[in-house]
Amino acid sequence: MKIDDDLIEYLAELSRLELSAEERGALAGDLTDILGYVERLNELDTEGAPELTHSSRTVNKFRDDIVTNGDRREEMLANAPERKGDYFKVFKTVEE
Amino acid sequence: MNDDLRKLSALDIGNLIRGREVSSPEATRVFLDAALADAAKDASDETKINAFVSIDEEGAMRRAAEIQRLIDAGEGLSPFAGVPMAMKDLICMKGSATTAGSKMLENFRSPYDATVTEKLLGAGAVVIGKTNMDEFAMGSSNETSYYGVCRNPADTSRVPGGSSGGSAAAVAAGFAPYATGSDTGGSIRQPCSFCGVTGVKPTYGSVSRYGLMAFASSLDQIGPMARTARDCAVALSLMSGPDARDSTSVIDAPFDVCKAIRGEHDIKGMKIGLPRNYFAEGLAEDVALAVRGAAASFEKLGAEVEEFDLPLIEYAVPVYLIVACAEASSNLSRYDGVKYGYRSPNASDIHGEYYVTRSEGFGTEVKRRIMLGSFVLSSGHFDAYYKKALRVRGLIKDEFDKAFDKYDFILSPVCPKVAFHIGAQVDDPLAMYLGDIYTVSVNLIGAPSVALPCGTGEGGMPVGMQLIGPGFSDPLLLGAAIRYQDEYGTGTETASVTKGDGTILSHEKTEDGEGQKGDGSFPSREGGRS
Repeated sequence: MKIDDDLIEYLAELSRLELSAEERGALAGDLTDILGYVERLNELDTEGAPELTHSSRTVNKFRDDIVTNGDRREEMLANAPERKGDYFKVFKTVEE
Repeated sequence: MNDDLRKLSALDIGNLIRGREVSSPEATRVFLDAALADAAKDASDETKINAFVSIDEEGAMRRAAEIQRLIDAGEGLSPFAGVPMAMKDLICMKGSATTAGSKMLENFRSPYDATVTEKLLGAGAVVIGKTNMDEFAMGSSNETSYYGVCRNPADTSRVPGGSSGGSAAAVAAGFAPYATGSDTGGSIRQPCSFCGVTGVKPTYGSVSRYGLMAFASSLDQIGPMARTARDCAVALSLMSGPDARDSTSVIDAPFDVCKAIRGEHDIKGMKIGLPRNYFAEGLAEDVALAVRGAAASFEKLGAEVEEFDLPLIEYAVPVYLIVACAEASSNLSRYDGVKYGYRSPNASDIHGEYYVTRSEGFGTEVKRRIMLGSFVLSSGHFDAYYKKALRVRGLIKDEFDKAFDKYDFILSPVCPKVAFHIGAQVDDPLAMYLGDIYTVSVNLIGAPSVALPCGTGEGGMPVGMQLIGPGFSDPLLLGAAIRYQDEYGTGTETASVTKGDGTILSHEKTEDGEGQKGDGSFPSREGGRS
């Protein structure tokens, strides 16, 4: 799989990354190499093999939905890059 | 005697504290002073280990005094009560900076304790600092850290391994008797192997991941790193156990390691498998020699060692890369500069803010893995790459399960080579990934593995072996490692062993000449016992 500039552009958008021209060039090379290597998986016949997403055999674990934490507003807001009163401050998201 | 404390095991220090021979503040001071002296060195000083991202001198001393008061009041707490330790900077600790080795979280302070932190603090641990690591645990050399390279105490021109490089270096350098690490594809075992200390990647689901910053959720597991397997066993029993806050927690109770700690696991009669494919092309001769030497040592202790085939090993790194990067690209989407973490001052609207913040906050390796993850998850490539990898993951698990039907554990090298020089591989990501060839399968199948030193190789550098067992065989693996270390030493400079009856036996470094030749022999066999 050859990674070209258009694909890098698309992947950067999916990844929410803004890349410099230099970064794009390096990534195209790196990803082409890495994918070339991982494509050796195609040597294996996996027809009908089940997909293993998780190593443990547990299915969903359920518990009662009980509130255990109290009012921790200040603790949560303490890490905000920007706040206004009791809110996280961000750029305006809707037009007036 | 105080500086000698730095060469003792955590169990020994705990015993001294309980026996009132040394106080927790005294012990903490000794380790803090060593860590602070290193931290004070200039970044350009090539003897600087740089094992810590942050050291909390005041907090550690306050905490040590508190624990001492509890001990004086007769509270038992645990064998590690009052013993100082180091925490990987990927694990949340309330009020402390937790950076994950990234610029993205430079100013982040954990609003809560990880379950592991809570458990260790409850057991009387005194945390002296948070250890250096590859950014978001992505790396095998600690060179992707935003907080500067960490150096290998055995040779400061070399890397300590990664991603838990700071934890391994801190233990090896005597800045802490034990530390926490996390292992997604070898991040505990590989640095242990590079620095010559012992560590455990526990069975998936046995140690809670709550409060561990996520890299690849189906692979991540927290584990202990220390000078001895006995210390690792104690630490693992303190850290493991069920947790309602982690839905992948599948263990019913903490691991029972009593039998292992007393050295009662008999090697005699154990069946050990040696995967032929691990000793094929790519494995350096010095490493092969040391690991085969360890296999012979297990045979001497009465084990039956047999070679067998594990042909799918060559597909483990490709599967790992796809699975780990896919999960990482999803997990790291949370870093958006809104609720916590870095926010770029260079954006003019909400859309741009997200892009610019992430581009400025993440380093090169993290971006590379996010991009790769986005590719394998994107429509059009999802089936051919991601689903394909999951199918092969299943085949790899089947192959290991078959081996575990025949063997108590698998014995293998941890890494193909000893620690490499700083800068040697930074421009070749694929070469860096291939260094994980012997470690990643363990994470893909959720199995436990104990890594411990088994000799020295090129340049006198430590060589590590790993014992890999079926799920939940952690106590047995530790039992075998403890028996091995009781006979052949721990590989750390001073082998010091606390026996089950609590007596402290200290052994000075007895014989190291032969270990420096790179002939695969064990560096510090305890005097007269082998």
